[in-house]
Amino acid sequence: MSGPSVDAGKLVVVRVQHEDFDVGAEIAALTQGRPAIGGVTSFLGLVRDIHGDARVGAMTLEHFPGMTERELARISDEAHARWPLEATLIVHRVGRLEPGDRIVLCAAASAHRQAAFDACAFLIDFLKTRAPFWKLEATDGGERWVEARASDDAAAARWQGPETRS
Amino acid sequence: MRILWFAWFRTRVGAAEEAVTLPAEIRDVRGLVDWLRTRSPGHAAALADDAAIRVAVNQTYVKFDHPVTDGDEVALFPPVTGG
Repeated sequence: MSGPSVDAGKLVVVRVQHEDFDVGAEIAALTQGRPAIGGVTSFLGLVRDIHGDARVGAMTLEHFPGMTERELARISDEAHARWPLEATLIVHRVGRLEPGDRIVLCAAASAHRQAAFDACAFLIDFLKTRAPFWKLEATDGGERWVEARASDDAAAARWQGPETRS
Repeated sequence: MRILWFAWFRTRVGAAEEAVTLPAEIRDVRGLVDWLRTRSPGHAAALADDAAIRVAVNQTYVKFDHPVTDGDEVALFPPVTGG
């Protein structure tokens, strides 16, 4: 776990936790006392009840403690380097989750909307391809590890330019 | 050297963590992966497909040509599926 860190006035919040989170409270805390922020975009990920042709009863999120937080911080730093952001947030849950449960929240705050929209999409696209989390689904056909999707790689690749670290 | 396994690599190997003594001739991740495959059928099954292997040395992603030494912590895992 790592709390907020401030670098030259920019706020980076990264958390990995078992417990649920309150989206409104998270965004309120992110923007509190930062009047330069003109807009916040957020992405909230939920557990779906259907994956492919299987009904999902629950899933268990495994991660790599330590590296996960470091990788989420690297992704956040990369977003701050690319866009004029005031604050970013990534909260990701681990452990057992059921359909409908909140699983991840990404948010980006900036003076203007376009940087916030783009940075938020970047955060979730890179999280999906780089942050060391794995989903074990309990379906009506038994337990199975979720396979990585090529479409997620393609989503992350659209952000890659010559300046991107690999 | 400390080896960490995650997700279905962990279940195939049958351990979350192993302490190994790195043979002197192994210098990089490629050599380490090839050597780990020989440790058991479970290891070989976990590491069957190069394209499905992600490697982090001391919690940072590296490629197969990255050097390794006995003091490193090396994590091996399949492509990530969070979010």
